[in-house]
Amino acid sequence: MSKDVLVEIKNLKVHFPTGDSGLFGRSKQVVKAVDGLDFTIRKGETLGIVGESGCGKSTTGRAMLRLIEPTEGEVLFEGRDIMNLRKGDLRGLRREMQFIFQDPYASLDPRKNVASIIGEAFKAHEKMSAKERNERVQELLGLVGLRPEHVKRYPHEFSGGQRQRIGIARALALKPKFVVCDEPVSALDVSIQAQVVNLMKELQQKLELTYLFISHDLRVVKHISNRVGVMYLGAMVEIADKQDLYAAPRHPYTRALLSAIPSPNPEIRRERILLQGDVPSPVNPPSGCRFRTRCPEATERCAIEIPALKDVGDGHMVACHYR
Amino acid sequence: MEQVLEVKGLKTYFYTEDGVAKSVDGVDFTLSKGKTLGIVGESGCGKSVTSLSVMRLVSEPAGKIVDGEILFNGDNLLAKTEKEMRDIRGNRISMIFQEPMTSLNPVFTVGNQINEVLKLHQGMTTKEATLKSIEMLKLVGIPLPEKRVHEYPHQLSGGMRQRVMIAMALACNPALLIADEPTTALDVTIQAQILELMKDLKERLGTAIMLVTHDLGVVAEVADEVMVMYAGRVVEHGAVREIFAKPMHPYTQGLLKSIPDISEEVEFLETIEGLVPNIYEMPAGCSFAPRCKHAMDACRERQPALTYDGGHKVRCFLYGDASEGEVG
Ligand SMILES: Nc1ncnc2c1ncn2[C@@H]1O[C@H](COP(=O)(O)OP(=O)(O)OP(=O)(O)O)[C@@H](O)[C@H]1O
Ligand SMILES: Nc1ncnc2c1ncn2[C@@H]1O[C@H](COP(=O)(O)OP(=O)(O)OP(=O)(O)O)[C@@H](O)[C@H]1O
Ligand code: SF4
Ligand SMILES: [Mg+2]
Ligand SMILES: [Mg+2]
Repeated sequence: MSKDVLVEIKNLKVHFPTGDSGLFGRSKQVVKAVDGLDFTIRKGETLGIVGESGCGKSTTGRAMLRLIEPTEGEVLFEGRDIMNLRKGDLRGLRREMQFIFQDPYASLDPRKNVASIIGEAFKAHEKMSAKERNERVQELLGLVGLRPEHVKRYPHEFSGGQRQRIGIARALALKPKFVVCDEPVSALDVSIQAQVVNLMKELQQKLELTYLFISHDLRVVKHISNRVGVMYLGAMVEIADKQDLYAAPRHPYTRALLSAIPSPNPEIRRERILLQGDVPSPVNPPSGCRFRTRCPEATERCAIEIPALKDVGDGHMVACHYR
Repeated sequence: MEQVLEVKGLKTYFYTEDGVAKSVDGVDFTLSKGKTLGIVGESGCGKSVTSLSVMRLVSEPAGKIVDGEILFNGDNLLAKTEKEMRDIRGNRISMIFQEPMTSLNPVFTVGNQINEVLKLHQGMTTKEATLKSIEMLKLVGIPLPEKRVHEYPHQLSGGMRQRVMIAMALACNPALLIADEPTTALDVTIQAQILELMKDLKERLGTAIMLVTHDLGVVAEVADEVMVMYAGRVVEHGAVREIFAKPMHPYTQGLLKSIPDISEEVEFLETIEGLVPNIYEMPAGCSFAPRCKHAMDACRERQPALTYDGGHKVRCFLYGDASEGEVG
């Protein structure tokens, strides 16, 4: 494994039981939320993950931190396979890998004030006097742009943007190396989004953080990421340096996705590729290439053979038979 | 040009335990046949309340339209009885709500729900209505409409439900369609389909559309005019090209700059510092003043009026006489 890789994912699968049994009630049906992912995240970079609702972005992020148990596969963090860790060792790992949630309203306990929301992390992990703890909380609040007097307040007394800052402070409390950010700005207004995105970039530089940044906002992802991966129905269809990906997308799905971004400049009108139909169910994904039912270029081969994710040059990876 | 809607000095307030929320506080605009007006602005600035006011669906008794006129084809809607409004809603004026699942009834088939509208307003028989429903579903691009018409909302995807909502809203060929965040809950590829559909319908049927959205990209794609709201007031209004090329109000300027630009690389995004003011404690003077880089003394004391500059309207003292305007 090369030195600058921080996280490596190999053949990650997460299948959820549906509760419905299959035809004739013989086998339980499963939702193949994530179905065989391979990718790496380099030290200090931001890897963006995009894709339509239900394609498995959150599930991937959660499985990487074992917030949900993967069905199969390996997650190597600094070369150690975290799938084999016992509960006790997992706790140590949580110091290094943290999670920022999408919903700034639901992810903070309404009965706790800011001091205990942020201070909680230290309680579990570090022997610290109350005074030391308080100092650290103050330091963190300053870091995310909140004021010292905010420690005594409760979540409902803050705006969405401020709550997201509290969530970020909590995630950074234990000085993690790696943070999974699941739609951290999606619930915020455009003008507040920009404040939080800037803050996350600034903190990344200051604290040498590595991010997995999940979002369905293709503009925000382009801005914050170094590389971007595109998921479709539980699989990675393309992953590349962001400049490459946005300037010259290779996979037919990525092309359609990028062409669908409404441009805030009325003078710029891109040629739009309109996809037909809807995303199929992850319970019965199409055979062969999962995208074939909506792909304008699909052939017979696409229904039979699963296209592998392969390097088409300079680390630009694409899963399509015709690239 | 044929004017479909004219809103003058609209004020809609909510009387709550915390005080009076002046959610819409003096809004004026007009909308012509076949045109789309995009309404944008920060969460809570009064976009939905403006839409609901036009439909006369503001939740009473807490909410009340306290002043203004809403002229629909020259007729003042505020003078109508509830019964008269029921004849207009879903017929001459239709609304698509933000969350399609909450506005479709889960226990009736899609066909039943569209039929209901047609029977009520057009006096059709069930048979006629069903044929028309199928035609509407086809119009909005739902595959196999003869089959889908008999299905329930939960059997459809989010994108299809949104199309059903549009089909239902357009069933009686309304003169005015109000769409409140019609694509916010949808994925970009589905959003693209719906926006194409709306553009097409506007051209074919000449429907006037009020499109509420927080996505400036969506506005740039489909609207002819944009109205930017801030804290219950219109701060800027003009043709789409004008506003995107030459935004005048500092809030609009900040809003446009804070969207990441796909074709450019910058280290940090431009931001509008600070927060929207608390609705119960509106600042005296310009409500944007506490966040505005250009604020002058006058801005903190007086309300700037909405002034014209060749069809482009703006509410800001940078473009007019700061000695004018209302105090407080
Ligand atoms: N706990 C669960 N049990 C069963 N199915 C689940 C569970 N969590 C997720 N799924 C399913 O797995 C698939 C992937 O879900 P996931 O939340 O990862 O998608 P996503 O890409 O994050 O979507 P979104 O953009 O809407 O957040 C979906 O079909 C979802 O319904
Ligand atoms: N029923 C109500 N009772 C009290 N206040 C209300 C009520 N409905 C709306 N408001 C207030 O009126 C203001 C305008 O609300 P509105 O729903 O129009 O905002 P909006 O611009 O549509 O925002 P969003 O983008 O979040 O949908 C808000 O401050 C809101 O809290
Ligand atoms: S493999 Fe076939 S179906 Fe899949 S994206 Fe490529 S051309 Fe389309
Ligand atoms: Mg998700
Ligand atoms: Mg609204």
